Amino acid sequence: MRQSEKVFITLIISLICILLCIAGSLALGSRSVSPGELIDALFLGKAGTFGQIVVRERIPRTVFSLIAGAALGISGALMQAITRNPIADPSVLGVNTGASLFVVMGIAFLNIQTAGQYIVLALLGAAITAVFVYGIGSLGAGGATPIKLALAGSATSAALSSFVSAIMLPRSNVMDNFRFWQVGSVSGANWTNIRAVLPLLIIGFLISILLAPVLNAMALGDEMASVLGVHTGIARAIGALAGVVLCGAITAVAGPIGFVGLMVPHVMRLLLGPDQRIIMPMSAVGGALILTAADIAGRILGNPGELESGVVTAFLGAPVLIIIAVKSKGSSL
Amino acid sequence: MSVTLILTAAVLSLCTAIMLLGNTVYSPAAVWKVLTGENIKGATFAVRTLRLPRMLSGLLAGFAFGMAGSTFQTMLRNPLASPDIIGVTAGSNAAAIFLLIMMNLSGTAVSLGAVLGGVLTSAFIYLLSRGGKFEGGRLILIGLGVQAMLNAFISYLLLRAPQHDVPAAYRWLSGSLNGVQLSDIPMLAIIIIIFSPITILLGKHLRILELGENSAVTLGVNTDRTRILLILSAVISIAFATATTGPIAFVSFLSGPISSKLVGAGTQNELPAGLVGAVLVLLADLIGQFAFSTKFPVGVITGILGAPYLIFLLIRMNKTGGAS
Repeated sequence: MRQSEKVFITLIISLICILLCIAGSLALGSRSVSPGELIDALFLGKAGTFGQIVVRERIPRTVFSLIAGAALGISGALMQAITRNPIADPSVLGVNTGASLFVVMGIAFLNIQTAGQYIVLALLGAAITAVFVYGIGSLGAGGATPIKLALAGSATSAALSSFVSAIMLPRSNVMDNFRFWQVGSVSGANWTNIRAVLPLLIIGFLISILLAPVLNAMALGDEMASVLGVHTGIARAIGALAGVVLCGAITAVAGPIGFVGLMVPHVMRLLLGPDQRIIMPMSAVGGALILTAADIAGRILGNPGELESGVVTAFLGAPVLIIIAVKSKGSSL
Repeated sequence: MSVTLILTAAVLSLCTAIMLLGNTVYSPAAVWKVLTGENIKGATFAVRTLRLPRMLSGLLAGFAFGMAGSTFQTMLRNPLASPDIIGVTAGSNAAAIFLLIMMNLSGTAVSLGAVLGGVLTSAFIYLLSRGGKFEGGRLILIGLGVQAMLNAFISYLLLRAPQHDVPAAYRWLSGSLNGVQLSDIPMLAIIIIIFSPITILLGKHLRILELGENSAVTLGVNTDRTRILLILSAVISIAFATATTGPIAFVSFLSGPISSKLVGAGTQNELPAGLVGAVLVLLADLIGQFAFSTKFPVGVITGILGAPYLIFLLIRMNKTGGAS
């Protein structure tokens, strides 16, 4: 099969699955909705019956899970490309937890309330954590090897999440609704915070698409890329910034959702080869699919309550981490 | 030896402090009288029902966590490889919570299930990381992945739990000395009295294992049997300690490196590590009780103390090339 045919078929299948997931996400939950009510509410704009109102209430959540999945997928693909590290991902590198910690500190100590304030703090936390983890991971001989980066990230993540718990614990009554700062969930999304993060996400998406050819050159090695006229330092910095903005903005709304950015680019690379111009957009498509499906699965598994989507993605994505670690023989990791 | 004595003294004074301090401060004489059976109004309840179980559980659980953590770290030749970081503890907890919620079991059955869960998780991680060169970093990554999956499973179980089972399940999730009862203590004490000598004796073999697989075989140590026995006794200690106090964050991870710093690298340090564990738990409990306006459970304090140390250790390991 030709490469373009493969991409086309994967895209079509993914889009069909996404459509099914959208329908499922609108219809399923603690109160399930019949297909008739779903169509009435969606296409005829009716909001008379209880079922139709339920559908309308589920629209922002569904929209957010799509764009959040896409953003996390791209963020992971970017981080894997610029660090040339198969296990780089906003959750493995601790960036999501850093963003979450800053938001929780803001809520607890600075009394922040608006979506804009959440986003500023989340981005700050994500950026500081990214720099910190990369700094620790690149100490010593050999620079930032994949395994050192992954260990630095996981350890930092463990450390930061114990701070999150310490801040949340004495405020348990206030924080009960905020459990998603420990394990991410898309359930808290509404139109206000979707509008607030959207500009950042669009910038992140655009940068990642524009950067893809440069990242392709860098995959040949930094020297080769320099010969081809790429400023590797600048390209890395821009890519890292875009990756951090994408996952930080999502964390500001949903808390730390893990492993989407780890598994999706891997699956896409396996299916479609290493061309970043294809991996970037397809990781967005795959991420949207996985996160929306995880959200639905969380609602079905948790019925009558719901399981956070971050729990489901961890259960799906952690095996990918294990497989990569098992398959790598010593130094190749 | 002198380090062990100093640590023992520290443990004893912290135990005394926990017995004396509280909402009302009692004199050593009053506490002694209560412990030897006399009834003093007010003091009897505070000392026997609140402070004695608190002190004993902190002492025993801290000792168990410290010793078991150090065993894992020495065996896997990596300070990050403590059971609370590579997912062994999460395996125990997942099994315990599963039995509590889905099987409606309680007491010793749950603790035994926790032992089984921990052993299976250790075996799983060990087998996966075996292929090719035995490599520390890979084992830890695999462990982190396993831990993430187990934690997801625990979240699922908690959501399914009937309301009245939730408090019992939370015991397995967050470390605290509040609410430990005197009747919980004997079981833990027996386990520790049986398994610490085993750990300390086998620890000698562990020193030889530390030299590397080949030299251990040359020196006549049965490496597989030693490993299996050590993992068993470490996991059993942890499971029963966790059943009493819950998992106290980072104590397993912190005790080994601290005690090996105190006694010097390469010296046998199972006993000192156990004592360091007890010091950490008792000290953190005192800090949690009295240092702030809100009372924090001990696990939160050890979490905050442990986090920066984890980062520091990583920085040092990277600089010396230990991680790769």
